[in-house]
Amino acid sequence: MDAIKEAINSFCSPVAIFTTAIFMFALFMAFPKQMTNKWVAGAIGLGVVGFFIFGMQDAHFKDIVGKADNLPIVGMIFIFGYFTWFAMKKAVENDERIAAGQPTWEKTESEEKVLVFPYLIYIEFVIALLYAAALVYWAILVQAPLEDPANPTLSPNPSKAPWYFLGLQEMLVYFDPWLAGVLFPTVIIVGLCAIPYIDNDPKTSGYYCFKQRRWAITAFMFGFWILWLVLIMVGTFLRGPNWNFFGPFEVWTAHKVVPLINVNLSEFFYIKWLGIALPQNWFIRELPGFAALFIYFILIPKALERTVFKKLYERIGAARYHILIALTFMMIALPLKMYFRWAFNLKYIIAIPEFFFNI
Amino acid sequence: MSEEPKKPEPQKSASAPADKSATPPAAKPAVVPAAKKEEPKKFPFNLIPKISLMSWKDFRLKTQVGKSVFRHGYSDDDKDRAMTVLTNVFFHLHPVRVRKSGSRFGFTWCAGGLSFFVFLTLVVSGILLMFYYRPTVEYAYNDIVAMREHVPFGIMRELHRWGAHAMIITVWLHMFRVFMTGSYKPPREFNWVIGVILLVLTMLLSFTGYLLPWDQLAMWAITVGSNMARATPFLGHEGPGAALLKLGDIPLIHSGDDVRFALLGGRFVGAATLLRFYILHCVAIPTVVVLLMAVHFWRIRKDGGISAPL
Repeated sequence: MDAIKEAINSFCSPVAIFTTAIFMFALFMAFPKQMTNKWVAGAIGLGVVGFFIFGMQDAHFKDIVGKADNLPIVGMIFIFGYFTWFAMKKAVENDERIAAGQPTWEKTESEEKVLVFPYLIYIEFVIALLYAAALVYWAILVQAPLEDPANPTLSPNPSKAPWYFLGLQEMLVYFDPWLAGVLFPTVIIVGLCAIPYIDNDPKTSGYYCFKQRRWAITAFMFGFWILWLVLIMVGTFLRGPNWNFFGPFEVWTAHKVVPLINVNLSEFFYIKWLGIALPQNWFIRELPGFAALFIYFILIPKALERTVFKKLYERIGAARYHILIALTFMMIALPLKMYFRWAFNLKYIIAIPEFFFNI
Repeated sequence: MSEEPKKPEPQKSASAPADKSATPPAAKPAVVPAAKKEEPKKFPFNLIPKISLMSWKDFRLKTQVGKSVFRHGYSDDDKDRAMTVLTNVFFHLHPVRVRKSGSRFGFTWCAGGLSFFVFLTLVVSGILLMFYYRPTVEYAYNDIVAMREHVPFGIMRELHRWGAHAMIITVWLHMFRVFMTGSYKPPREFNWVIGVILLVLTMLLSFTGYLLPWDQLAMWAITVGSNMARATPFLGHEGPGAALLKLGDIPLIHSGDDVRFALLGGRFVGAATLLRFYILHCVAIPTVVVLLMAVHFWRIRKDGGISAPL
């Protein structure tokens, strides 16, 4: 038992968890048919349930996972796991029907109309009743958390935001607050609003499918699962005192020592590669960072526009293309910077503390 | 909402006349002795008036009360089913008929409807909580404790808190479903945008409510969450560019007038923040949410109902 826990603890690290999640995600997107197969999906589901049952034997694990405010997140993992499987399963079935020249399941029923009363209202009534019953039972069984009275002089360690913002708080490890707390939420909201104006082909609306919308679904699921849900889970369950990372069976101690040897890109460039001192002028000092961002956000999209995405560019037009690329590249920049941190201890690409401007 | 449906109509139930009317048909054969024997036994019970319940159908069709509540007939046909939806303000959020594919639980997961439903439960439980809770630093925490200790069967706070978490999960689930079916595509783009705003408002509702218990969890979660506002570009005193905004030596953006100050009503989470978040939580944001929900539901109908393949 202890050996297994020890092994899990030593395997777990932000990079290992993130990489595993991306790997699973890629498997799911590359082989949706095989992954939604009831045996494969069932095995994964049972594995997760088994892990939780195994973990609950451990006092510390039980303490964290069983904490009243963390219970919704445990529920959320299973709810979203199930419905992701459910949606992909339906999508795969419809893909097969389309490939065989048959109409989709939805198409076979969409010509037919039913009366809302009683058919739809009956469904709604039953579901609402079950939902209400579940909520009342939950409310009776689990008391809402209430800690000591608020005390401005005593800050708990770790101090955490409400759980649905923990993905953003986790981002604070890799980005400055003006990015993680202000710019990213804004970009997420704007990006979500922009979806129907970029992906605006009504032919693929109204039914579950995957092959016809492969890239739209992949991008959305990546953002939702990897950059939102996984980060929330890490931030909730695995971040302890001083926001240090702890394995699931590791006891949260405030005395864990984590070396911080993060280095800025400018220091890499001037000190390590050129072997000279950092320039005094901030613009010259941060020139490599500006160049990196220019290449990433301007040159690469321009190059892609002429080559790989030529057809896409012609199809959706300049405005949509640029918005799409800006949003997508911003989204990819998050895991990129995280991996740079893990691989090279890169702190900031551009660091201008004079203006609180660090990227 | 409607009136008590089954009104025990005080019919001619005084026992004596009822007995008289019952006797003539029984007068035929040799039932007479039996009736005679029963009479004395019945005596003490005769004092209790007989209550005969009217049938639901008679109540609906014959009484003025029944006719006034329901604006449709009672026949077992499609016209009447249609009228049920058309003449009821709550049902008529729906059209009379929907595509069979769109009525399936497997298609919609009922996630949007459940978000609305749990919002209603939150409104009800929230109003009950407001009876007991005072948003001041002196009372807030004690009121929550009192609610837990003294209110009989006090699960309102539990319902409210778990309902809030559940609403966030259902709203995310609804967004996930709408994306997976491609239902955001034209002509439903604008409704998706409203949905995104509603999603953000749901999280803000939960965030503002998080502070109200005024315990350590609440205070520090809001402190951590709102610290980010310090770093708003130009508008937060630690944000990039804020240092550029100054008149001579006087900074225009400092900790006493930046967006975090506006959000908290102070430099740190305190009494003003509690009142501010209370009003945002109970009045301001719910009003906006209700308005946007009305638009959201109306647009579903106008944009062609629950989506279906072309």
